[in-house]
Amino acid sequence: MHRFANPARFLRLSAVLLPWCAGATVILTILGLWFSLFSSPPDYQQGETVRIMYIHVPAAWMSLFVYTNMAIAAACGLVWKHPLADLFAKAAAPIGAGFTFVCLVTGSLWGAPMWGTWWVWDARLTSVLILFFLYLGYMALVNAFDDPQRGTKAGNVLLLVGIVNVPIIKFSVDWWNTLHQPASVVRMGGPSIDPSMLTPLLVMAGAFTAYFLSVVLLRVRTEIAQRKIQTLRLSVAGDGTVHDGMRG
Amino acid sequence: MNEFLHMGGYAAYVWPAYGIAAIVLLGLLVATWKGLRDAEATLKALESARPARRRTRNAGRKTAEQSAGTPAEASEG
Repeated sequence: MHRFANPARFLRLSAVLLPWCAGATVILTILGLWFSLFSSPPDYQQGETVRIMYIHVPAAWMSLFVYTNMAIAAACGLVWKHPLADLFAKAAAPIGAGFTFVCLVTGSLWGAPMWGTWWVWDARLTSVLILFFLYLGYMALVNAFDDPQRGTKAGNVLLLVGIVNVPIIKFSVDWWNTLHQPASVVRMGGPSIDPSMLTPLLVMAGAFTAYFLSVVLLRVRTEIAQRKIQTLRLSVAGDGTVHDGMRG
Repeated sequence: MNEFLHMGGYAAYVWPAYGIAAIVLLGLLVATWKGLRDAEATLKALESARPARRRTRNAGRKTAEQSAGTPAEASEG
């Protein structure tokens, strides 16, 4: 039973953290929507379409943040065989894929009126699309094996290989010619964006982070429950075989 | 209010962006919640069924040893 020692501690800790994360998600989302839809000015060039930024940019940050966390968890899972690290990566993947999907779709909706095109095959857009496929590939790979341990191991290797894509996404706007604008918040010399637009951006990023923490805690709980179910089912099946063997 | 919904003529781009984000994030939350509830219900059912199984099996084996009867008889007794 010592294998469940860590998860048991996690279950207690998550029960304490979850109400705080859920509360922060609700409050920050309401605040963030207020700032981004009412209490921020239209852009002098882009007009009201700039409001798409308050969804698009935080979603893009989350897509990289979640992937980086999954890759760190994958390294811990491979090196120390920490059971919770594998469960975390598996639980976080659909959330990261969701944020990447939101980033791609809102980017398209912003590009159509401002660039005059829904999609271009340039470095930034293509590398984010690859990130989306990395998420989907990981999710498919982890569930493709009968033995879940082999699945998570293969998935962890994919996550570690795929991490090269993260700096490529970040610096793609500097390394290649692209329609996409360069960084204006996380850059040397501080943000070049006006505070009236930086505030909604950061509040929405906070809301998305709190949302991620809440949902990932729930999903890790689910994964722990499913591992226990599997262990119980296997031991029941094992009993059955021994029993039949004794009879025969 | 109408002017707000109009979004300076870009309503067709701004509102779908917020709508997609809401659908994806809420859908994921609902799916997660449902998955957790189902898993905990299954786990509870398995855990409550298991000790009973073990008890009946041990009882059955004991009678089988004592009476040296067939397994069919043992499970009846």
